[in-house]
Amino acid sequence: MDALILSVRLAACVSLILLLIGMPLAYWLAYWNWRGKFLLEAVVALPLVLPPTVLGFYVLIALGPHGPIGKISEILFHRGLAFTFGGLVFASVLYSLPFTVQPLIASFEGMDRRLLDASALLGASRFRTFAKVILPLSLPGIVTAVVLSFAHTLGEFGVVLMVGGNLPGITRTASIDIYDRVQSMEYAAANRMALVLLIVSFVVLSTVYGVNRRIGRRVWASWAAR
Amino acid sequence: MGLVGSEINPPLLAARLRKARSGRTRSSFALDVAIEIPPGITIVFGRSGAGKSTLLDCIAGLLKPDTGRIEIAGEVLLDVDRRIDVPPAKRKIAYVFQSLALFPQMTVEQNVAYGLADMPASERVLRVNSMLEAFRVEQLAKRKADEISGGEQQRVALARSLATSPRVLLLDEPLTALDEGLKKSIMEDLRRWNAAQNIPILYVTHSRAEVDAVGEGVIVLEQGKIISTGRPHEVLDAPRSSALAQASGFDNLFSGVVTELREADGVMRVQLVRGACEIETPLGYAVVGTAVRLAIRAGDILLATERPYGLSARNVIAGRIISLEQRGTMFVAKVAADADGAVVFTVHLTLGAKRALELEVNQPVWLVIKTHSCHVLEDAKIV
Repeated sequence: MDALILSVRLAACVSLILLLIGMPLAYWLAYWNWRGKFLLEAVVALPLVLPPTVLGFYVLIALGPHGPIGKISEILFHRGLAFTFGGLVFASVLYSLPFTVQPLIASFEGMDRRLLDASALLGASRFRTFAKVILPLSLPGIVTAVVLSFAHTLGEFGVVLMVGGNLPGITRTASIDIYDRVQSMEYAAANRMALVLLIVSFVVLSTVYGVNRRIGRRVWASWAAR
Repeated sequence: MGLVGSEINPPLLAARLRKARSGRTRSSFALDVAIEIPPGITIVFGRSGAGKSTLLDCIAGLLKPDTGRIEIAGEVLLDVDRRIDVPPAKRKIAYVFQSLALFPQMTVEQNVAYGLADMPASERVLRVNSMLEAFRVEQLAKRKADEISGGEQQRVALARSLATSPRVLLLDEPLTALDEGLKKSIMEDLRRWNAAQNIPILYVTHSRAEVDAVGEGVIVLEQGKIISTGRPHEVLDAPRSSALAQASGFDNLFSGVVTELREADGVMRVQLVRGACEIETPLGYAVVGTAVRLAIRAGDILLATERPYGLSARNVIAGRIISLEQRGTMFVAKVAADADGAVVFTVHLTLGAKRALELEVNQPVWLVIKTHSCHVLEDAKIV
């Protein structure tokens, strides 16, 4: 059970951090046009195609005592990040980045530009336009982004294994726990954990998609009616 | 370029703009205009794609012109040469889009209060209420903006943009989708509001009917250029170019050659290029042999089922109906002239007239056209 709680805690931390990073990043990618933009888009999408072990390997090196992030952590907290919960969060944020940013970009890009123009002409700053117009109208996209990054983090395996190892209560997530039990032929225990993960994932996804659909209907029905 | 009225009221909005159009549309013309707009409603009239919305977007600051200068009451909002470009949020220009762009997740009240964030709360409530009253939507204050009718949304959009006490109001085909009664009542409310505020209002439309209904100064835009300005009836009833003629409801456009000048009578005779039809028109700056274009409104042509006698109208042409088509509450008849079947006139008839004359396809008829209903256009190079 510890492993499952750890997984949920990790997924919650990661999706919260990703929401905070993803919003400005998606806003930037959706509304700004600059020459090198395609490069950043490619970087954001990279975890979609990269094998988790490749990402995990480089993150491990970066977090290690000789890596740049590891060094910064040593200076700030007098300890490294490899094989810690913090390191796991860092790696998972990178790994789930596209699952937050893509739905947000799609949602921001789908906004009626005239609404943004209207807001500006009524004297609103960019920030006010974002808070009062873009954010409430992007609610379905935001919910999708949070759910996808949460579910994706909950189910990740390769990156966690590379960066976190298998320390009970610290980095031993549900998926690692299942793998571990299968390796030691504890099929009944593996099945219990796998079933719980399956049910939790399904319930979370279906609840939030259901809510999302209702919000979506309310917001978009008005546009269809015009 | 001064408009009627600019002598009485100092021009408040002055703009000189040039912007090359890119991408989206096939047309490759540049918007190139200089306008001075006095307080009151000025119509910008032109066909779709003439550059009307581009003009409004440039004035509002949503598009940046290649070169130009915009000022309101002496304050410079844009001067490309001096690198002055006040952002839209600080221009104090109200703009009602064709789509209205009300915030759908907010109530009517919240929409109208949106531009008043800097105002103290007590004052804001008063302003919102007075705007809702002025545009007669106070009973909708708590309703969601996407739950009210099109006409109501129109009123809310006006109230929202005018609540901020703008210096200029831009309207982009705001009433196109509404029926006549609603249009009239909304225009009355807008006029009443502006009687006190007296700001310049630019009203963009492609509909001739709206130009007549609003009926103040008009600027005609064609391919990004101003081709005419003045009062609607002066500008649109006597068009000087084929493009304007077509835009303002002249369905009959013919090429012809001047065959005779009768200066004493103030008329000339024009032979249509195709065939033997000859038409008497008012005297223009032309000599015999000049190629001209003639424009005749479909509604200015009479039909007779027998050859008419004792008429003042000078043009009576025998023809045959080749098609009859009902369009709303009128009939559109195409009549081929007997002298040459290639010359086809378009005639508008009321339902009653069509019934009374028992008109049918293939029936012989006579077309009756007054001399002064035949407008000679300038763009065929009158020497």
